[in-house]
Amino acid sequence: MSAVVNYFLRRKSFIAMLVLTALVWHFSVKAFEIRSFLLPSPAAIINEFFAYPKFYLMESLYTLWTTFAGFLAAVVVGVVCGVGIVYSKFLEETVYTFLVGLNSVPKVALAPLFVIWMGTGAESKIAIGMMIAVFPILIATVMGLKSIDPEMLNMARAAHASKIDTLWKVRMPNALPNILSGMKVAVSFALVGAIVGEFVAGDTGLGHVILVAQGAFDTPRVFVSLILLGVLGTVLFAVIELLEKILVSWHVSQRGGDGAAQPIVHI
Amino acid sequence: MLMSTIEAQIAPTAKAAKPTPVTHDYVNVAGVDKIYPSKKGEKVYALRDVNLKIRKGEFLSILGPSGCGKSTLLKCIAGLETISGGSLLVRGQPVIEPPPKMGVVFQRDLLLDWRTVLDNILIAAEFLRLDPQSYRERALQLLEKFDLGAFAGRFPWQLSGGQRQRVSICRALLVDPDLLLMDEPFGALDAMTRDELNFELQRTWLETGKTVVFITHSITEAVYLGDRVVVMSRNPGRIAHTLDIDLGRPRGLDIRETPKFGAYTAEIRAIFAGLGIFKGV
Repeated sequence: MSAVVNYFLRRKSFIAMLVLTALVWHFSVKAFEIRSFLLPSPAAIINEFFAYPKFYLMESLYTLWTTFAGFLAAVVVGVVCGVGIVYSKFLEETVYTFLVGLNSVPKVALAPLFVIWMGTGAESKIAIGMMIAVFPILIATVMGLKSIDPEMLNMARAAHASKIDTLWKVRMPNALPNILSGMKVAVSFALVGAIVGEFVAGDTGLGHVILVAQGAFDTPRVFVSLILLGVLGTVLFAVIELLEKILVSWHVSQRGGDGAAQPIVHI
Repeated sequence: MLMSTIEAQIAPTAKAAKPTPVTHDYVNVAGVDKIYPSKKGEKVYALRDVNLKIRKGEFLSILGPSGCGKSTLLKCIAGLETISGGSLLVRGQPVIEPPPKMGVVFQRDLLLDWRTVLDNILIAAEFLRLDPQSYRERALQLLEKFDLGAFAGRFPWQLSGGQRQRVSICRALLVDPDLLLMDEPFGALDAMTRDELNFELQRTWLETGKTVVFITHSITEAVYLGDRVVVMSRNPGRIAHTLDIDLGRPRGLDIRETPKFGAYTAEIRAIFAGLGIFKGV
């Protein structure tokens, strides 16, 4: 219990800001008589959510799972390709060049293609999410694996380490902080991918809810969906941050106390 | 009858083809060149015609100014660099990859930030596919010997520079190599820590009788530790002089104040001055 209280106490400036914004919003809507389909008041949005809690929960869960599956696929593909690119000149010249080219195409524009190939189910959404999210992970993996100290590799070689051991016990852990940074960017990208997939085709998920509500000028419903998307994105980001705290607690960015963890300017 | 005649004819030839040297030096560097291509396409000799025989069990100091190729020579012996010419044998075997039963201590400690001190040492056993559990006891003993017993569970970034370098020495010693190559291991440490580690290193060497090749740019350190001091000069990197150090063991740190010690360091300074490396002498 006290832990929860402590959490809110630590976040008091953020919570105060949130409450203040809601109040200003609420009274502005009342004072200027803004119509609900243009900008619903916070109260109307909250009412809308509590009118259909189960509906919103199910739609959120669907979007969450396609996002998560897309993200996971991106991690696997990104890290495997990254390792391949670092270890093989051939793969660097072919796969990497191809992926950089692919990244230059606005990937949202490719979404309809995936719907044609995979249908309107979860598969196309996962694939679109994966395609958008894979790039930051790949870049981070390549960067992380390449930024190993050459003397460190000499140390491993002099100690008769095999190539696999050097990868798993020296290079990979060294790249992990980079990979996790890439994952933080990628998880939000995967959510974008899932929503784009739902916009293009399908009959479930928060993206689909937004699209239908827009057609009916049901703006409170659009807002509830947007807020839920914000919450989803934040939760996914927080999960990766937690993973970072556990996996790379040794890294200078996570140690706290001295050096990097100190704020540059106190405001 | 015929068969045995043929066998008798072949057998001696087969034996002769197998070289069985009567005695060989532990490390034999013969006419070794190391050439790097420069930007203009010329050859830059990092090492030129280097000849050096290292006896088993000796403590050899290699001394030289920066850029004389002493680290390159060590890396060649360690199998981390290929030689461009000449021959390099360790225990009679040509060096094409890091030779077995060898430990290297580098200038920087090169500890892995994500492993505790103990796990950093045990990685030497993991790399050789030896069971780390059976080496745990030995790792802890080594830590105890180097005054790090209380630090086994700490992470490298919680240690001082001198402690970190001690850990890296423990790592090199874990699997009990015969040959210990040290590349300016105390170069980045303060003078007091350096003295302390010099003494500890001598003690460890006296206890274990390993062959040690120790690179340094400190004349005092080279004379204090070495049975022999090899003096190198640069452009191109080659051996200018070899000096036997006839001082008893164990050497206390105060031996550096004795006239005999001073005579050795003065002699080496004179060699450097003769090479045009020291201008102020």
